[in-house]
Amino acid sequence: MSDAIGQEQRYDNERGARGQRLVLVSFAISMLASAGLIVFYVFSGWTQVEGVLLGLALGGLGIGMIAWSTDVLQIPDHVEDRAELRSSEEARATAESLLDSPGITRRTMLLRLLGGAGGLLAAALVVPALSLGPHPGQSLFRTKWRRGSRVVDADGNLLRPDYIGIKSITTIFPEGHVGSGDSQAVLMRVDPESLQLPPDRKNWTVEGIIAYSKVCTHAGCPVNLYRSQARELLCPCHQSTFNVLDGGQVVFGPAKRPLPQLPLMVDDEGYLAARGDFSGPIGPSFWDIHKND
Amino acid sequence: MKTEERKLDLIAKSKRQREWLDERLGSASWAVKGMRYVFPDHWSFLLGEVALFCFVILVATGIYLTLFFRPDSTEVIYHGSYAPLDGQEMSAAYKSVLDLSFNVRMGLLFRQMHHWAANIFVTSIILHQMRVFFTGAFRRPRELNWIIGVTLLILAIGLGFTGYSLPDDLLSGTGLRIAYSVVLGIPFIGPWLAYLLFGGEWPTPATISRLFVFHVMLLPALIIALIGAHLLLIMRQHHADFPGPGKTERNVVGQPAWPSQALKSTGLMLIVFAVIAILGGLVQINPVWAYGPYRAWVVSAPAQPDWYVGWLEGSLRLFPAVEFSITKWFTWPTIFAPSVLVPGLVFLVMYMYPFIEKRFLTHDYAEHNLLDYPYSVPARAGIGMAGFTFGFVLTIAGGNDVLAQVFNISIYEMTWILRVAAIVGPIVVGYAAAKLAEALQREGLGVFRSHQPGLQLRRNAEGGFEEVGEH
Ligand code: FES
Repeated sequence: MSDAIGQEQRYDNERGARGQRLVLVSFAISMLASAGLIVFYVFSGWTQVEGVLLGLALGGLGIGMIAWSTDVLQIPDHVEDRAELRSSEEARATAESLLDSPGITRRTMLLRLLGGAGGLLAAALVVPALSLGPHPGQSLFRTKWRRGSRVVDADGNLLRPDYIGIKSITTIFPEGHVGSGDSQAVLMRVDPESLQLPPDRKNWTVEGIIAYSKVCTHAGCPVNLYRSQARELLCPCHQSTFNVLDGGQVVFGPAKRPLPQLPLMVDDEGYLAARGDFSGPIGPSFWDIHKND
Repeated sequence: MKTEERKLDLIAKSKRQREWLDERLGSASWAVKGMRYVFPDHWSFLLGEVALFCFVILVATGIYLTLFFRPDSTEVIYHGSYAPLDGQEMSAAYKSVLDLSFNVRMGLLFRQMHHWAANIFVTSIILHQMRVFFTGAFRRPRELNWIIGVTLLILAIGLGFTGYSLPDDLLSGTGLRIAYSVVLGIPFIGPWLAYLLFGGEWPTPATISRLFVFHVMLLPALIIALIGAHLLLIMRQHHADFPGPGKTERNVVGQPAWPSQALKSTGLMLIVFAVIAILGGLVQINPVWAYGPYRAWVVSAPAQPDWYVGWLEGSLRLFPAVEFSITKWFTWPTIFAPSVLVPGLVFLVMYMYPFIEKRFLTHDYAEHNLLDYPYSVPARAGIGMAGFTFGFVLTIAGGNDVLAQVFNISIYEMTWILRVAAIVGPIVVGYAAAKLAEALQREGLGVFRSHQPGLQLRRNAEGGFEEVGEH
């Protein structure tokens, strides 16, 4: 485009004619495609064809307009002066003096009151936002597991210890709460001899069956990958890895807190059940997560 | 003759209409100004326009989608036309997306166009911003528009995230779960804020309907307002241009708004639409039926979000576990730094850059209407490329599990390589870019000729660049 500067502009007839042909063809394609789209819509519904036809209808029009703008019009470049952005000193001074209206700027007390009233009003208008959700209270520290809650799988089936294999993990919930976001846990069987749990958790497992919260302590994804050889639980989101044998300690990755353990027992009817809630708050950390410690 | 008369009559009539308007608005004089407004011409100036056009088609297709989508978490049993999910429990929101995709004629096309447009929207904003950055277009008098631009980028990412989370599928549900945890991890206010935003402890029935309000109302309204301000400022200050014959700091050279630029921009807009339509028709995007409905205890691996949130995902994956407690009353959650501080710092530096550069690097406080070249200010080139590399490494780190498979190494090795690359990569690339810019200034493009003992860049395994010394 810069060739226009300082040179005489002449209309290139050949280019103009070529451009005109291009515009014609493009617009014709566009019209055909639009008509085709209407017909196609009525008779079928095939996303690929719809997309291509719509694309041709739009693109034909677009290419035609650009060819019209450049080849047919051939408008030489224009030069426009940039106006000075800043105002004149006079205008500035006038604005200053107008702004400094004594009835406003000298009334310090009224101004303070105005500010105070405005601030209070803003606060009063923000307060209703508190209706948007409950106060967390203790809810982040508790789940649905209670002493005696029976263990069920994702389909609601009660589980007996002998159902649990050593290769895989089972997602479990407290009976009556299948799908609960904070109570979900994983259950797996390991060699009881290999466990290295803290002394106070000695009776939290049943024949090597052990359960942990399924909510990752990093960002809350479900920890659903199990390396049965290494006895490690792996979170697929950011690869935090937890050791099943030593109480869910972090082996690798961005999580820091161990997975909370669910104390297990067998109830009178021989089903797996919980001895109580998890060993600590489940899921990602927050600032006062240790306040109950 | 008859038609000729009618034509003249029509012309006279429409002229009278314009006079009517002018008597009420004085429209002729500002129309003259508008039509004579001059647009400088360079392909890179079109990137911002592409973003604008993407937004237009986002609104257009978005309105259509809104007519079918139901922001409703109520559980329903599916018995629709997608057989593999028959009999499954899912939210009414997810079902409405399935119905839109399988039962509404052209519904899938518009949905896929909407998603493609969202990706291209953010992409073109970032490319536009890089153009503005490397040509120094953010310098006085355009600092305000840079600030508006950074804000628009943040809002666009938010718009994209809230949008692709709406279908309530397994993939996006997991992303939302992480977002909830990020809010939860903010010191002092996190738990309360998360409960206020999401309506309680995850998963909540309010999530989808609230996201919907953000996605179709609050964020678009803000974006429209800021796009308006962005364009107003451009009109007031005029577009900057590269130096060239006849171009000075005090003039603008280019095509007038009417007729050439109007035709050209409309044409470009239609071509952007066309590309999006063809992509939407031919290239599948976000097949939510394949992911299945969201369930709090299920997750799909590997899960990759839309590309522009990949860097946040990567930050979460790479950042080492730092969590400590000061008494039982305060804990610093491991998630806080990578998810809030890292992006916060990135955007803060972006906001401040025009002022940082003036104050510490160039000491150039003058008004500039002629653009720099990317090599004009070596320090700027270095900082820009360093920032780009940082974002790049984080983005590919968002798929570190996939990368580990590709390179056949363990995920742990991959993570360590990327951790190092995220620190060393920006330094090396930034330094090399600054040196290259200096060389380009000294010797022009000759620096690329082989006999020149200059610098060469080679891409390394981590996707960064390394300098191959002088030979
Ligand atoms: S959520 Fe499990 S590693 Fe991040």
